[in-house]
Amino acid sequence: MRHDTAIAGLGSATFLALLAAAFGQDELFRSHMWVLFFVLLGAVIVLLRNTSFSPASAQSEDRSSYMDKPIRYGSIATMFWGVVGLLVGVVVALQLAYPDLNVEPWFNFGRMRPLHTSAVIFAFGGNALIATSFYVVQRTSRARLFGGDLVWFVFWGYQLFIVMAATGYLLGITQSREYAEPEWYVDLWLTIVWVAYLIVFLGTILKRKEPHIYVANWFYLSFIVTIAMLHVVNNLAIPVSLLGSKSYSAFAGVQDALTQWWYGHNAVGFFLTAGFLGMMYYFIPKQVNRPVYSYRLSIIHFWALIFLYIWAGPHHLHYTALPDWAQTLGMVFSIMLWMPSWGGMINGLMTLSGAWDKIRTDPIVRMMVMAVAFYGMSTFEGPMMSIKAVNSLSHYTDWTIGHVHSGALGWVGMISFGAIYFMVPKLWNRERLYSLRLVIWHFWLATLGIVVYAAVMWVSGIMQGLMWREYDEQGFLVYSFAETVAATHPYYVMRAAGGALYLAGALVMAFNVAMTILGYQREEKSIGGDAPALQPAQ
Amino acid sequence: MNYHVMREFADSWGLLFMAIFFVGAAAFAFRPGSRKHADEAARVPLKDD
Repeated sequence: MRHDTAIAGLGSATFLALLAAAFGQDELFRSHMWVLFFVLLGAVIVLLRNTSFSPASAQSEDRSSYMDKPIRYGSIATMFWGVVGLLVGVVVALQLAYPDLNVEPWFNFGRMRPLHTSAVIFAFGGNALIATSFYVVQRTSRARLFGGDLVWFVFWGYQLFIVMAATGYLLGITQSREYAEPEWYVDLWLTIVWVAYLIVFLGTILKRKEPHIYVANWFYLSFIVTIAMLHVVNNLAIPVSLLGSKSYSAFAGVQDALTQWWYGHNAVGFFLTAGFLGMMYYFIPKQVNRPVYSYRLSIIHFWALIFLYIWAGPHHLHYTALPDWAQTLGMVFSIMLWMPSWGGMINGLMTLSGAWDKIRTDPIVRMMVMAVAFYGMSTFEGPMMSIKAVNSLSHYTDWTIGHVHSGALGWVGMISFGAIYFMVPKLWNRERLYSLRLVIWHFWLATLGIVVYAAVMWVSGIMQGLMWREYDEQGFLVYSFAETVAATHPYYVMRAAGGALYLAGALVMAFNVAMTILGYQREEKSIGGDAPALQPAQ
Repeated sequence: MNYHVMREFADSWGLLFMAIFFVGAAAFAFRPGSRKHADEAARVPLKDD
């Protein structure tokens, strides 16, 4: 590969970063630009060392087959960021239990928490979505990815976004919008990368050889388009200076809050749900080798999800300054979401009908089924929590945290793990994974971790909610806030243990995936026991 | 166009448009003869690798 344009472009960008580091208006911006400078400089050096000057004809790769190299990179990136994000999650869980672990100023909870959420949602989840969407769209369109090197721009551009977001949080750069903490210049960069992603994905669909666009691609496309819209509107802001890290939102007061939660909840709906449903609709049929239970139900699932989810955001603002009608609207639409969620869950599970034994014999199917089960459970719990009466107890408590994690660890995590386990042997032309037994270990470590986590947070959250609203006969609050904090300590320790189990499972997976990529295969008995040897007739 | 005009448009024509679109999409999915087409579409991922 020559990398001409990449080297020239990155070299210029490195120089610009150096200028920005010199002329930045505030200390934080200058530090952040130094980070950018060294990251880009490293990239330029790597490219320069890997460039080759042999004639172009000798190095042109096969343009007829699928473009799988970015997907291989994406699978490794998913695994890497997954472990990092979960590790930071365990650290912040321990920081809550043992405040002494807050290391000022870079590693205190306030900076580590967005690092955890962004690492798991955008770095782990985002890489999983980009990699699987490229895998699925090529195979269901029977066409090579559109855009050529643009695909590499999407992959590396997205990694740069992650690095800039993460280092920004640790430096203390934040616009304080939940799940959208990066400041304006990082947001602009993500917008460019995201538009390139849309072009690659849509271009591949347009040049497809398969007449029908498979439903998984509908979900992926809706995820890409909606996230573009949400990201742009939520991050409308005026920077204080073109060379400064601070910006002010274009909205004020309750409008700002509603924009934030319109974004925040649809990040759940379209990033963590629609995109991963695309995964479900491709990888479950592939792994069980049966078509989806009802294709027409999947289409209803799609349209119902699209039309309902976008209105659910106001349920994050119950009993606030948001007008009552808007709160009720958010609640009603959240409850209506029960229908598509459960329709989709049933569709995913019933795909196994006639092949239920695979849950016993195929640990990857087991993992995917657990993912869909958690999809069902957390999308049952969510609408219930959006009911105002329930919300008055659950809001601001650990119950919310438990709910989020049953969805994120159970649904998003497990379906991504299943997809990676499916893709890796195929992407590296291996006959099978290094070890299926290790997948079982991963399955149980992860499942136990989630169960401990969710159960503990239920107890802790309901306890908090009840303590906060406990009045004595004279109308005074019974507990001070500090007392409720002290009461949660044992639960926080247990929660960290649950998270550590889940992290351990991910480490087992990382080992398994690494050994598969390196080409090893572990000798092991088939799962479900060997078939009994048949006796010849006497 | 001020907020109230937009709001009125949204909860009348906008609402009607979206409701009709959704019902139409659902009805289209279950139109007579769609089963064969849907069964074919469901087999798309299983065709090749």
